[in-house]
Amino acid sequence: MSEITGLYALWLREFIVFRREHSRIASAIFLPLLWLGIFGTGLGTKVDIEGMDYRTFIFPGILCMAVLFTSLFFGVYIVWDRKIDFLKEVMVAPLSRTTIFMGKVLGGITDSLLESIIIIAFGFIIGISYSLYSLLMTFAFILFLAIGMVSLGLIIGSLMESPEGFGMVVSFVAFPMFFLSGALFDVDGLPTWLSILVLIDPITYAVDGLRGTLLGTSRFSIVIDLLILSAFALIMVILGTQFFKRMKV
Amino acid sequence: MIIKIDDITKVYENNITAVDNIHLEIKEGEIFGLLGPNGAGKTTLIHMLATLIKPTSGTASVNNYDIIKQQEEVRRNIGIVFQDPSSDDMLTGYENLKLHALMFNVPKDEREKKIKSLLQLVGLSKRANDRVKYYSGGMRRRLELARGLLHSPKVLFLDEPTLGLDPQSREHVWGYIEDLVKRRNLSIIITTHYMEEAERLCNRIAIIDNGKIVILDTPKNLKEKIGGDVVRLKIKEPNLKKLNFDYIKKMKVKGEYLFLTVKEASKHLQEILKLVGEVETVELRTPTLNDVFLHYTGRNIMEGEPEGGYVDKIIRARARR
Repeated sequence: MSEITGLYALWLREFIVFRREHSRIASAIFLPLLWLGIFGTGLGTKVDIEGMDYRTFIFPGILCMAVLFTSLFFGVYIVWDRKIDFLKEVMVAPLSRTTIFMGKVLGGITDSLLESIIIIAFGFIIGISYSLYSLLMTFAFILFLAIGMVSLGLIIGSLMESPEGFGMVVSFVAFPMFFLSGALFDVDGLPTWLSILVLIDPITYAVDGLRGTLLGTSRFSIVIDLLILSAFALIMVILGTQFFKRMKV
Repeated sequence: MIIKIDDITKVYENNITAVDNIHLEIKEGEIFGLLGPNGAGKTTLIHMLATLIKPTSGTASVNNYDIIKQQEEVRRNIGIVFQDPSSDDMLTGYENLKLHALMFNVPKDEREKKIKSLLQLVGLSKRANDRVKYYSGGMRRRLELARGLLHSPKVLFLDEPTLGLDPQSREHVWGYIEDLVKRRNLSIIITTHYMEEAERLCNRIAIIDNGKIVILDTPKNLKEKIGGDVVRLKIKEPNLKKLNFDYIKKMKVKGEYLFLTVKEASKHLQEILKLVGEVETVELRTPTLNDVFLHYTGRNIMEGEPEGGYVDKIIRARARR
């Protein structure tokens, strides 16, 4: 029972801080809206894919991008916690390292979920049609993507000394993951080398699954997408717990 | 014995031995002082007792729980105020306390009552709903003191509790600590490099230097061990050979000063002055802990650069996010 109360406390702290930092959510949704509004509209006048408006085609990919970036960069807060010594306060609490890790993960996925609600709402404006089923599936994909990416961000954060260093490393991870995911292009008929990289990228399965759910077109079956993504999330959580156990205060 | 430290050693990865085979027992209800210069190993020792660092060898127990094998039980039994501020400055004082209460699973029906009374104890009731970033260094220390007590620990660790505080705030913090011991069944371990702090608060003091306990006793006994009063003479050419008396326990020339440790100095001072040569100034005082430290380590405690980390950290913490 005490672990659950502790988990709640850790989540609560993240949530209070998130609510107080309005710039955090504003900057998080600004970039996706730029992509949809300007890049999507601009390129959309000349390009359509599978008979779909380009802006509509990239919507699932941009949604994934928003979740990917917010979730990964959330790892910076573990670097901050160490820097401001709040981590020591958490580490002397009678809680298991798993609980401490999961508290941080819950905080991160809350940020990502709230952000994605805004972007999903924006989807209405550009003509995405939702059903109850597709909304539920969409949140399932976002949830697993967020769990995996927050965990990966926290793993990187647990190893870094400075927020600046963290930013550098995460950029190296985030951009290739985003570009290789097929968020911006159709992954059919790519050169072999690129095709392999695309298949390795876990984001690919989030983008493909969301495209299947929201637009009715996907390369793999949605079930396969969801299975691969949830397996990735699980592996990241297990790894993250291990990294937190070894983390220096 | 509330704390038993059993030949504990910590060697860091860079091969620096921060704590070197320390053996120590601390009694229940005692205020115990670890006195030593920066880098002596005090914080490392406390962090090992608080389960934040694993010892390289040896172990210790807190309230009969082993710090390696029973970490969660140890953590439940201790409160700690770190040397650097460790509250979240995006949260209010009240919120910091509430999170702590939740993390330590303080029962729901006691939570609010305890928070309220502790805020009162440290004089922060009126500022409870302000964000910690608007607190002064002293207020933040007091908040963290309240936080350390919130789950009613058996042992409280205070790591340099007044480092970086102005004299008035320091006086405040000392007052709260003295108050606590009177009211609660609590043992306190304080690290400090301020002599007056150790002298005022502690029942027993261990002087630590280079990771080892140099000597351990009550402040009174430590001072008596020096064997006399301290006489400082400003003198160009002291005639040391003539000062051949039993009552002079120690002689040392440092720059243009001659330091003497003299038993019953007021009685013998005249004789010394007659023989030693042409004296410019004379100073006679009873020994302080600083003299004790000097006596056992050959150095002044404040020698070497001060860390000043506390104030630094607050400034850095404010620039956060």
